[in-house]
Amino acid sequence: MNMTKILLIAIPIAPFLGGCISGIFGNMIGRKASHRITILFVLISTILSGLVMSSVIEGESHNISIYLWSLSGDISFEIGFLVDSLSSTMMLVVSFVSLMVHIYTIGYMAEDPGYQRFFCYISLFTFAMLVLVMSNNFLQLFFGWEAVGVISYLLIGFWHNKPSAIDANLKAFLVNRVGDLGFLLGIGLILAYCGTLDFKGVFEMAPEISNQNLVLLNNLEWSVLTVICLLLFVGAMGKSAQVPLHVWLPDSMEGPTPISALIHAATMVTAGIFMVARMSPLFELSEAALSFVIIIGAITALFTGLLGIVQNDIKRVVAYSTLSQLGYMTVALGASAYSIAIFHLVTHAFFKALLFLAAGSVIIGMHHKQDMNSMGGVRKYMPVTWATTLIGSLALIGFPFFSGFYSKESIIEHVYRSEILGSNFAYFSVLVGVFITSLYTFRMYFLVFEGKERFGAKKHIPSSAELQNGSKKPHESSMVVLLPLILLAIPSIFLGAVLIEPMLYGDFFEDVIFVSPAHQNTFNSPNAFGGWYEMGVHGFMTLPFLLAISGIVVAWVFYIKFPRLAVIFKKITHPIVILLEEKYYFDRFNSWFFVKGAKKLGLGFWKIGDVFLIDNLLVNGVARSARFFALILRKIQTGMIYHYALMMVLGLTMLLSIWVFGVV
Amino acid sequence: MLDYSILSLIIWVPIVTGVIVLALGASDNSAAGKWTALIGSLVGLLLVIPIWVFFDTTEPLMQFEESALWIETLNINYHLGIDGISFLLVFLNCLTTFVVILASWEFVAEKICQYFASFLILSGLVNGAFCALDAILFYVFFEATLIPMFVIIGVWGGYNRVYAALKFFLYTLTGSLLTLVALIFLYRESNGSFSLLEYHNLRLPIFQQVLIFGAFFAAFAVKIPIWPVHTWLPDAHVEAPTGGSVVLAAVLLKLGAYGFLRLSLPILPDASQMLAPVMIFLALTSIVYIGFIAFVQPDIKKLIAYSSVAHMGFVTLGIFIFNVNGLMGAIIQLISHGFVSGALFLCIGVLYDRMHTREIADYGGVVNKMPIFASFFMLFAMANAGLPGTSGFVGEFLVLLGAINANFWFGFAAGSTLIIGAAYTLWMYKRVVFGEIANAKVAGLVDINSREFLVLFLAATFIIWMGVYPASFTQFLHVTVDQLLSHVSISKL
Repeated sequence: MNMTKILLIAIPIAPFLGGCISGIFGNMIGRKASHRITILFVLISTILSGLVMSSVIEGESHNISIYLWSLSGDISFEIGFLVDSLSSTMMLVVSFVSLMVHIYTIGYMAEDPGYQRFFCYISLFTFAMLVLVMSNNFLQLFFGWEAVGVISYLLIGFWHNKPSAIDANLKAFLVNRVGDLGFLLGIGLILAYCGTLDFKGVFEMAPEISNQNLVLLNNLEWSVLTVICLLLFVGAMGKSAQVPLHVWLPDSMEGPTPISALIHAATMVTAGIFMVARMSPLFELSEAALSFVIIIGAITALFTGLLGIVQNDIKRVVAYSTLSQLGYMTVALGASAYSIAIFHLVTHAFFKALLFLAAGSVIIGMHHKQDMNSMGGVRKYMPVTWATTLIGSLALIGFPFFSGFYSKESIIEHVYRSEILGSNFAYFSVLVGVFITSLYTFRMYFLVFEGKERFGAKKHIPSSAELQNGSKKPHESSMVVLLPLILLAIPSIFLGAVLIEPMLYGDFFEDVIFVSPAHQNTFNSPNAFGGWYEMGVHGFMTLPFLLAISGIVVAWVFYIKFPRLAVIFKKITHPIVILLEEKYYFDRFNSWFFVKGAKKLGLGFWKIGDVFLIDNLLVNGVARSARFFALILRKIQTGMIYHYALMMVLGLTMLLSIWVFGVV
Repeated sequence: MLDYSILSLIIWVPIVTGVIVLALGASDNSAAGKWTALIGSLVGLLLVIPIWVFFDTTEPLMQFEESALWIETLNINYHLGIDGISFLLVFLNCLTTFVVILASWEFVAEKICQYFASFLILSGLVNGAFCALDAILFYVFFEATLIPMFVIIGVWGGYNRVYAALKFFLYTLTGSLLTLVALIFLYRESNGSFSLLEYHNLRLPIFQQVLIFGAFFAAFAVKIPIWPVHTWLPDAHVEAPTGGSVVLAAVLLKLGAYGFLRLSLPILPDASQMLAPVMIFLALTSIVYIGFIAFVQPDIKKLIAYSSVAHMGFVTLGIFIFNVNGLMGAIIQLISHGFVSGALFLCIGVLYDRMHTREIADYGGVVNKMPIFASFFMLFAMANAGLPGTSGFVGEFLVLLGAINANFWFGFAAGSTLIIGAAYTLWMYKRVVFGEIANAKVAGLVDINSREFLVLFLAATFIIWMGVYPASFTQFLHVTVDQLLSHVSISKL
């Protein structure tokens, strides 16, 4: 085993060890030791990921096998790592954000009795996510995929005495499982047609199977590759919360805030985006699949963004904005702009983690209140949180020179030029989405940080925690909370400008992301790109900028200048508001159709099928009729030798049946 | 290769120990009886090690063969031998017996020695059925396993134990009597041989094959069990004591699948091929239909029992799609299901010992009082939901790959268990373990003691081992599976 291999193995294993130590020996070693050990191990991962990144920048890439998982016939299932520019980017994002979240947790969970358990979970999550992004085959990808799902399940339900939390985690797991079914079927088809699950082998085979067809229904022929891509994308829809499988993400906010930042904003939910980008050699061969991707992405980007406007819970606003931004990434994927999708994934990971952690800081400062209607004017009490939130918000709405600007602007430009079916609708969505994003983002910003202080309202009954603190006033959070905010704010400003040239116009993703020649004309040529500064300046004169600014203005007018206007407007648009508040009735439909339906079906099968038909009519019926015939047969019993065999069986049956019914 | 009669030892050591334990128990010497039972089961488990070490994974023929004349006039032989399939099942059986005896250590009912003795004798008989290469020997062992299980349910079972025990007994006996008829027919066809290996080369017209297939089906389908002959299982499980449930789920159900693999497929390849669509239909129905039924069960044990049926549906499916992944997956699923369902029944036993109820509604918030138990239970629940990294994933994954290869919609129907299985398992887990402490009884719970910890830890070890590194189990199967597939592909008309 050479040095590189050991280093690569160490990257996921380090947080795994940290998690195990904190989970198993947590109570023995105590809180401090638990967080120190887990943070140390995640730090090791981060540093090693950085080293790997620097070697990847120099052109190295590794595709190594770790061990043989199993053999089946002539198919070997191996566990291995594929480390190239795509995975090393993800590794660095995952380990860095995870490190920030680990540090933040020290402050956020300080009073929680499940402190060590929490560190155990987030470290194990880091392990699973790293395994996912580093995998070189579908089996391991699926392992990571499910493992992050389980840990997300455990973390959403972390406060397991809270009914809403344990409803939310079950929902999250099951909705994800719907996606996973698609994903697994896709993997099955890949194995059936390619004979291997290794990415490299599959990509080599892809052109060969691209003209094969598969009969699914009524002799209707489907291109195998389209079916595979659609199924894989269903998996991505579950994990990356695309409509209609998005319903779990807002509810996942029931979990502690650090994991909302880590799992439900920066890393796990982007696994679907990552996977599709990884599979670009497959998706590029199927126009139909790409169209489907872009349309689903556009729907998600537009319609989930709208929901963000009517939320009053600070975390839910950020959650819906995550959904909408995931939609943007999906749109980019559908437009064959995989590198831009990954670029947006990276910038989004930082500013969205920042926004979540800042929201968490506000929640601590507000004594665990999340309703924005009872906030306002928090700015002067929490200056650092305020400043970092503002940075995050500006990045989110794509304000020129902030990181989100570069990625979002690139997506919009690219979709504009894309010719794939559905790209017109997608362009409309992402454009309108800019206005909506800035509207809900600054609605949140104004409601929380500006305007009148509403936390001292008359009706407010101080909770015991507040009485202990002796004040109702918000307070700035401790340094362990603020440090990650500051460290995330820096990349939220600069990262876009730094990365845009190498990621989009350089050769960073060459040989990793494949774009078919037919789709390449939509890309900006490197010559047309005049550098980050010129792009930023130009950004002030574009339509998206205008839309973003109008969003801020509208939010300001409604929530600061004339708050009554918002009330009146809400009355006028009452039916729409109801539709939005009901989240387009997805949840109601699901619980009526799927949950109730499954229970009805189950009861029907059980009571009618098993209990009545099989047990009552058949099984006990046989016993009853056996007894009946046995009584007759007893009369014609002759005692002749050739009856012995028959009598043995019948006699035994009869005797035992009589015992069953207790009749003598 | 070993010269010692290792297979005889693995059959007779538990049985003889069982008889000794019975004798010790009669004189009210329960401590000695209990320890003898534990040591006996441990020796049984340790006897697997030399087989594991000396097993030749490249050998397509039977290994560790023993043969002696038993009943000369009928040409019945005491003929033993194992291949990869039987070896893994023997291993599973020995492990289960040891775990069950350890888990039942403080079982409060009377006649503890007789209880342990039943398990030991059962263990030996099951090993016999897995090792027998003579049809009559197989049949004798196969049938004899009914007796200790009947006793276990009938004597140490719950309130409705007599009904359940008789239902179990009659259901399975009816099927197996037909098998006896089929075996006698084969004896005539093969000119007086009861050798299973000779039957593998026996030519039979399709009509006869179908009839014999039907007879075998009556015995094996009930054992697995396949829908619609599954209704004895939930009743038996609910009434059986914890140990009984564990052995029933982990080991006894496997006899049915083993029968299909050892008898139906190689002896009746043409009938198997012909009737495969029917079997696949029944298997898929077992998976989907039973999944929905499990979803609405108010009784934890019944829920897991139904889930057992659904998981065994994967075994049937894997067997009858006739490709490497399917067959390999089916066998791995057999072993994994033994670990997982066994572990789940052990967990229910832990709860039942403390609360004396199996109603889900009586629980809630158990994690607050039993965090260590809750962690184990979570692992097993996830394994039951087929989480990668646990053994529950491996078999289902391989069967699904095989099914998709055969027909996309088979894969789709079977794959629905990904959602349904997770739904019933985790919903149950949520209602039992999560939430506020539901009532005073839950508030009085104490976490598992070190013996219970050891038992669950053993199960967890094997579940994770198999999930992370299944190659150490699949290595025994490559040649055997190839052999079996070649048998099925050659027509014997």
